[in-house]
Amino acid sequence: MARFLVRRLLNYVVLVVLAASLAYLLAAATLRPRANFEERSPRPPASVVDAQLTAFNLNDRTPLARRYLTWASGLVRGDLGRTWDGDPVTPELWRRALVSVRLLVLGTVLGGVLGVLVGAFAAVRQYRTSDRLITVGSFAVLSTPVFVLAVLLQIGAERVNEITGVQIFEWVGEYTPGETGGMMGQTGGRLQHLVLPTLTIVLAQVAVFSRYQRHLMLDVIGADFVRTAMARGLTRRRALFTHGLRIALIPVTTYFAYTFGLVLLGAMFTEKIFGWHGMGEWLIDSINRGDVNAVAAVNLFAAVLVLLAGLASDTAHGLLDPRVRAGR
Amino acid sequence: MPSRGALLARRLLADRRAVLGLALLAALFLLAFAGPGLVRWSWTDTDFTAMREPPSSEHWFGTTQSGRDVFALTLRGLQKSLLIGICVAVISTGVAAVVGTVAGYAGGWVDRLLMWGVDLLLVLPAFLVIAVLTPVFRSAWPLLVLLLAAFMWMVTARMVRQMTISLKRREFVLAARYLGVSPPRIVVRHILPHLASLLIIDGTLNVSVAIIAESGLSYFGFGVQPPDISLGTVIADGTAAATTFPWLFGFAAALLVLIVLAVNLVGDGLRDALDPGHRRAPGGGGR
Repeated sequence: MARFLVRRLLNYVVLVVLAASLAYLLAAATLRPRANFEERSPRPPASVVDAQLTAFNLNDRTPLARRYLTWASGLVRGDLGRTWDGDPVTPELWRRALVSVRLLVLGTVLGGVLGVLVGAFAAVRQYRTSDRLITVGSFAVLSTPVFVLAVLLQIGAERVNEITGVQIFEWVGEYTPGETGGMMGQTGGRLQHLVLPTLTIVLAQVAVFSRYQRHLMLDVIGADFVRTAMARGLTRRRALFTHGLRIALIPVTTYFAYTFGLVLLGAMFTEKIFGWHGMGEWLIDSINRGDVNAVAAVNLFAAVLVLLAGLASDTAHGLLDPRVRAGR
Repeated sequence: MPSRGALLARRLLADRRAVLGLALLAALFLLAFAGPGLVRWSWTDTDFTAMREPPSSEHWFGTTQSGRDVFALTLRGLQKSLLIGICVAVISTGVAAVVGTVAGYAGGWVDRLLMWGVDLLLVLPAFLVIAVLTPVFRSAWPLLVLLLAAFMWMVTARMVRQMTISLKRREFVLAARYLGVSPPRIVVRHILPHLASLLIIDGTLNVSVAIIAESGLSYFGFGVQPPDISLGTVIADGTAAATTFPWLFGFAAALLVLIVLAVNLVGDGLRDALDPGHRRAPGGGGR
C-alpha cells in the first residue's frame, strides 16, 4: 500500500507542477495588469508604471521566461508574489481559502453521504414509486445549472420570509455586519447565512452521486457474492449493505476526485451569488482585474486540492479493495 | 447498418423518457427558430414606451430596463445556446473518436504522443484558458465553440482507445488485416461501428454539458460577448433583480433547464436502448 501511494504521489507532484506552470504562463501571457494603471486619471507617467509593475513582477515588457523564473523561485520559498496593487498574495489566499472552506465543507460532505445513501436506496427499490421519484428529482436538479438553482432557492426563501414576516433566511454574505447579541446571536446569524448556499451544494451533490450510486448498486445486486451472502442466511438488506455497498463504493471514490473539481468550479457561482468573499469570487475578480499572481495562486491551490482529492480517493480505493494494494 | 439502426430506433421509441425528451427538443427547436416570426419585436429593437414592464399581450415575456423585448432576447439566446451545444458536442465527440481510434489502433509512439496530449489537456485549467482568451474571440462565437470542444474530448478518447485496443485483437479485424485492408479502412469500416453506441451517448450528453458550460461562462461574462447573447447572458443580466422582476430571469432559466433536461432524457433513453444487458422494468418496456 505504501509503495503504491508513494508512486501515485510522485505522479501527482509532476502534474501539479505542470498545471501550475501552465496556468501561470497563460495568465502572464494574456492578462494585462498595466491596464489598471492606464485607466487611472490622471494617468501616472509610463516610467512610474513600469517601475511599479516590475517591482511586483507583473511587467509585460519583461520577457515571459524571466517573469516565470522569478515567480517559480518565489514559489519554492513559499512566496506567491504580489497582487497588482502590491498586497502579498499568500495571506490573502489563506484568508479566502478559509472562507470557501466554511462555505463548502458542510454541503460537500452532507451531499456526498446523502447522495450515496439515496442512490443505494433507489437501487434496492428499483422501479418502485420511490425509485421513480428519486430519479425524476435528480434529473430535474442535474438539468438546473448552479446559478439558476441558487437564484430559485433565493426566490423561495424570500417568499418564506414574506409569509412568515420573520427574516428566517439570509443570502447576502457570510454574516450580517454589526450583528449584535453576543456569541449566540452571531453563531445563529452565521448559520442563517449558511443555510441557502449549503442547500444549493447539497442538492447538486445528491443529484450527481445518487445517479452514479444507483447504477453501481444495480450492478452488484445480482452479483454472486451477494447471493452467496444471502444463501448463508443474511437478509437481503444486510447482504446488500454490508457486501454490496462496499464494492459499489469503489468507483465512487475515484469519481470523488473529479467531482471535487466540479465543486470548486461550482463554488465560483455559489460565492458570487451569495456574496461570500472566497476563492471562487477572487478568481473571477482577479481575471477581470488582470491580476496575474492572484490568478496563478488560485489555480495552483485548485490543482493541489484536486490532486489531494485524487490521493485521498486512491487511499480509500486501496482500503476498500485489497487487489489494489498488491500493486497491479 | 440499417437493421441495427432500425432496432435502435424501435427501442428508443419504446422508451417513454426518450420520446418525451425528443418531443421536448423538437418543441424547443421550433420555438427558437419559428418563434421570432410571431412577434413584431426583434432582439435588437428597443421599445421606449415600455421599460421593465411585466409580461403583457404586447410583450409576451415583458421588457428589460432599457425596453428590450424579453421574448425576442430569450429566443435569440435559445438559438445560440442550442447551436453552440450541438456544434461543441459534434466536434468534441468527433475528435475523441479520431484520437482514440488512431492511438489505439496505431499504438507505439503515435499512441504515446496522443495520450501525452490528452494528459496535458486534462491538467490545463480549462476555465482559466477560456476566461483569459475571452478578449481574443470577442463576438466570434465559433471560436468559443472550438475552445469548449477542445476541453471536452479527453476522457472519451481514453475510453475509445481502450475499446479499440481490445477490438484490434478480435478475429474480424485480424481477418481484414490479413486480407490487406488498409488501416484507415479497417478503423472506419470495422472498428468505428462497434464504438457507435458509446459515441452516440457521449455526443448526446456532451450537448447538455456544452450548453451548461457555455451559459456558465457567459454568466460571468467570459463566454458569448455582447452585443450577441446566449441564455447565459440573459440569465446573468436578470439575476440581480430576480426576486423583484422575475420575468427578466425566469423565462431564460426555464428554457435552459428544459433543453438540458430534454437532452439528458434522450441520452439516458439511448443508454438503455443500446445496453444489451439492460434490465427491463417489470411489465416490459416503457410502461
